[in-house]
Amino acid sequence: MFRPTSALVFAVVVALLAGLASSATPADPIRIAYIDPLSGPFAATGENGLNQFKYATEALNKGGGVLGRQLEIVPLDNKVSPQESLIQLKKVIGDGIPFVFQGNSSGVAHAISDAVQKHNERDAGNRVLYLNYSAVDPALTNEKCHFWHFRFDAHADMKMAALTDVIAANKSVKKMYIIGQDYSFGKAVAEGAVSMLGKKRPDIQIVGNELHPIGKVKDFSPYVQKIVASGADAVITGNWGADMIALAKAANDGGLKVPFYTYYAASDGVTAAIGAAGIDRIRLVHESHPGNPNPPKALSDYLTGYRKLHPQNDVNQPRIHTGLNMLAQAIKRAGTTDVDKVAAALEGAEFTNLSGDQLVMRREDHQLQMPVYISVHTNKNIKHDLDASGFGLALEQKIEREKATQPTTCKMQRPS
Amino acid sequence: MFQLIFFSILNGLVYGMLLFMLSSGLTLIFGMMGVLNFAHASFYMLGAYVAFTVGLHLGFWPALVIAPVVVGLLGALVERQGLRRVHRFGHIAELIFTFGVAILVEEIVQLVWGRPAKSYQVPAALDFPLFRVMSSSFPAYKAFMLVVAVAIFAFIFVILTRTRAGLIIQASLTHPQMVAMLGHNVPRVFMIVFGIGSALAALAGVIAGPVLGTFPGMAQVLGSIVFVVVVIGGLGSLSGAFVASLLIGIVQTFAVAMDVSVGGALAAMGVHVNTAGALHDLWRVTIAQVAPILPYVLLVLTLILRPTGLFGTRET
Repeated sequence: MFRPTSALVFAVVVALLAGLASSATPADPIRIAYIDPLSGPFAATGENGLNQFKYATEALNKGGGVLGRQLEIVPLDNKVSPQESLIQLKKVIGDGIPFVFQGNSSGVAHAISDAVQKHNERDAGNRVLYLNYSAVDPALTNEKCHFWHFRFDAHADMKMAALTDVIAANKSVKKMYIIGQDYSFGKAVAEGAVSMLGKKRPDIQIVGNELHPIGKVKDFSPYVQKIVASGADAVITGNWGADMIALAKAANDGGLKVPFYTYYAASDGVTAAIGAAGIDRIRLVHESHPGNPNPPKALSDYLTGYRKLHPQNDVNQPRIHTGLNMLAQAIKRAGTTDVDKVAAALEGAEFTNLSGDQLVMRREDHQLQMPVYISVHTNKNIKHDLDASGFGLALEQKIEREKATQPTTCKMQRPS
Repeated sequence: MFQLIFFSILNGLVYGMLLFMLSSGLTLIFGMMGVLNFAHASFYMLGAYVAFTVGLHLGFWPALVIAPVVVGLLGALVERQGLRRVHRFGHIAELIFTFGVAILVEEIVQLVWGRPAKSYQVPAALDFPLFRVMSSSFPAYKAFMLVVAVAIFAFIFVILTRTRAGLIIQASLTHPQMVAMLGHNVPRVFMIVFGIGSALAALAGVIAGPVLGTFPGMAQVLGSIVFVVVVIGGLGSLSGAFVASLLIGIVQTFAVAMDVSVGGALAAMGVHVNTAGALHDLWRVTIAQVAPILPYVLLVLTLILRPTGLFGTRET
């Protein structure tokens, strides 16, 4: 007769034995946890991020790995929930994985960052390093900064400064509508937009400042009607993933034809959803050359190689390549995977990314200093399209690193 | 302002009618078998996925017919082979059974179709703005959704009130033993109703998939709202489900359009709150932000003030 308890005991014993066997060999891989949504409304974003990590890892492993060891990405699903993320983080700590990458949602990032800091202060022998490749709430490298957090993406204010420069130059914009997801990042975008537009173009009237529940709204038509009714002639949104796809669809259906200034309106289904209706109208601020026109060769090869593996997806986050390679170099320089030594090696580290830009990890706040790019959704002169849709992003403007930088209030405490 | 109200009503109607398509089957099944079918929204999800797959090969229109039939047969099978066997162990067993089916369906969908959302698109023939009022347009596809939903409502209404089959179903709702005594095969009636209810849910999935997204969590998103509709309308009451669906659809759509804060809304009703007190954050939240929880507020109010629901005859 089948007895569930004995089956369970058997499974546990097998798992323990397997664990012993794998941790015993000297050249075991350097494990890197990836905590992001692999199910739920934002699964598409998390899944594509994971594939980009695997792609970047493979290239490093082919070149001999790091310190003679291979890198291994350990994917953990957090459903973009802070609570689930903390459970996964416990697992990471319990398994002795020293490095954690996470990017989707600043709400999650705050939870992980906090937990990592507290854990590291308590347990000096078993520390973890939190590498944030995409959560851009400025607070993470300002009032909430700490030694074990590093950010590889330009934060919301760096991006908003660039975006508002572009908006300020567009004299036809008189009424702005801001719509975003109701959590720390959406609020940071709205605050940044209001304060920066207030300084650069006080004549622009903010006719709407809306926060909607994240990942819950499936049909944005009511919101689009509200935007239309407000008389807005431009929209700022930080929406990403499913929330951006649905917003783009509803805007197309509702006949909303004003310019959109966005953070994430490309790839993972968004570009395909925008389609022809968004040509020359949807702008995006991001951290890398968009691949069109005349991409740097390293970037172009990287994008082409990824497309071969994943015909429907794109490298929409070249910062994943940056983050992983900077970590690998820091481990090499430190000569160990000891978290404090690797973190010390990352401070002030320099790196040339796929776009050929010189990046520096600022010591004061662990915010990577980088240029910021503004691109536009189009189908003209597109060499690297997105979502295999024929549409893609074309570079409009590059804000150099020195100009894109933002001051920090961080007072970094280093372990003595 | 007119434009906003006009389009909010239209959007509210579309959403409300979609809820009705789901809740009509659920409320009939409950009325008849006394089972709260947790798997109902799963059939809605299956409808969308089957239609997406059929649509890849045959196009949208055949999928519109094939998917509900396939899912309806599946529903009938679930009733015949599962629910009926569990029935003799009482309502709790049935409840747990449908709960299990819901989880099973979600896992199967993830295994077969994967976790990321499918790009299930509006058919090209309906992908155009139907009309424009001032600066907004109304997509033809939404009008199509509305037409289908109204047709379904008319269909069910006629079947239930004007045909012999409807007479038997209605009788089975209230007096199953008596109907059985009269020589009707009540279990078969149950199976047919369950199948038709599942097919209706699937049809809702087919037409909602392109608008609300086709992804493994889609059953959960609407599942809880549909229960709210059924409880507010009164368990087992078709007309109650209809009114409650439209009510929730319109309330939710209009709530989004309102920028008034909760404190401001209360002040307009003559209730003044201390906006600087401990709950100041609560009063500053706008109605638009609380839109998603409004149906649940209605649910709680209904359960307190009128436990039978708007049109129901028995306590929930």
